[in-house]
Amino acid sequence: MSNKLLLSAKKSGKAIFSLLPILLGIILLIGLVNSLLPESYYLKLFGGNSLVNSLIGGGLGSIFAGSPINSYIIGSKLLELGVGLVAITAFIVAWVTVGLIQLPAESILLGRKFALTRNLLSFIFSIGVALFTVFILNLL
Amino acid sequence: MSKSEKSNIGWYFLFIVILIYLLIGFFRTEAIGLSLQDTWKIAKSIMPILVLVFVVMVITNYSITPDRTKKYLSKAGGKKRWLIALIGGVISMGPIYMWYPLLKDLKEDGASYGFIATFLYNRAVKLPLLPMMIFYFGWSFTIVLTVVMMIVSIIQGLIIEKMEGKII
Repeated sequence: MSNKLLLSAKKSGKAIFSLLPILLGIILLIGLVNSLLPESYYLKLFGGNSLVNSLIGGGLGSIFAGSPINSYIIGSKLLELGVGLVAITAFIVAWVTVGLIQLPAESILLGRKFALTRNLLSFIFSIGVALFTVFILNLL
Repeated sequence: MSKSEKSNIGWYFLFIVILIYLLIGFFRTEAIGLSLQDTWKIAKSIMPILVLVFVVMVITNYSITPDRTKKYLSKAGGKKRWLIALIGGVISMGPIYMWYPLLKDLKEDGASYGFIATFLYNRAVKLPLLPMMIFYFGWSFTIVLTVVMMIVSIIQGLIIEKMEGKII
């Protein structure tokens, strides 16, 4: 049992360690972008209505890949800068549900039509999930 | 791409970011100072949460394996299968490509595409990362988003199941 626990700790440690350079890179980039771009830039990019903002957020989240931790950090920074929660929620949800990078592997193993349909539906749902989540939060 | 190339991607990425810093540092030294201050602030706030993430990962890695998950998933039938796909997706750990062969096996054993879609959607609900999400967005956001995503995963599964044999 202790051997299995040690193996689990090793596996988890490896996963965290492999995440560190990307995490550090993302944090460094956020710091850099924050010091170079004025806050008004983000507000201009996400300046439309909730639906347009969620489309932009979902679109960006679909392109990026990697640990969801990175999406939380970027999302919380955007939130601090005044970007709406709908756009950020769509961004976070699309980040984890739409896998453009994994699409080739998913297509080969599970079928191209299935992979395309699933990813397209996931993108559409990222917007629906964002709108619905914020709607419920506003009721609470 | 080989496994070692893949594991080095993070370091390549960090190296490129450092190069960008050096490049910008030549022209805007003051911006680099501000950036590093901001970076340190974020890094400090993340560290304790990463420790918590590690602990939860050890627990889930210890108790959940692909073989054990497959055993439960293959027994799925009727309406109960949606619940099993949902729980299976939530508790499944590790990179997604590790699970594709298992899902392919399940498909060949008769599982529907809808079932697989629900499983994959719920992989987005990351139990070990919930403390991180709570830290950044609060309890209510985390709970509402998680529940909404679980419900949507079943809706997506049902839609894909309806499409199976027609479009897919």
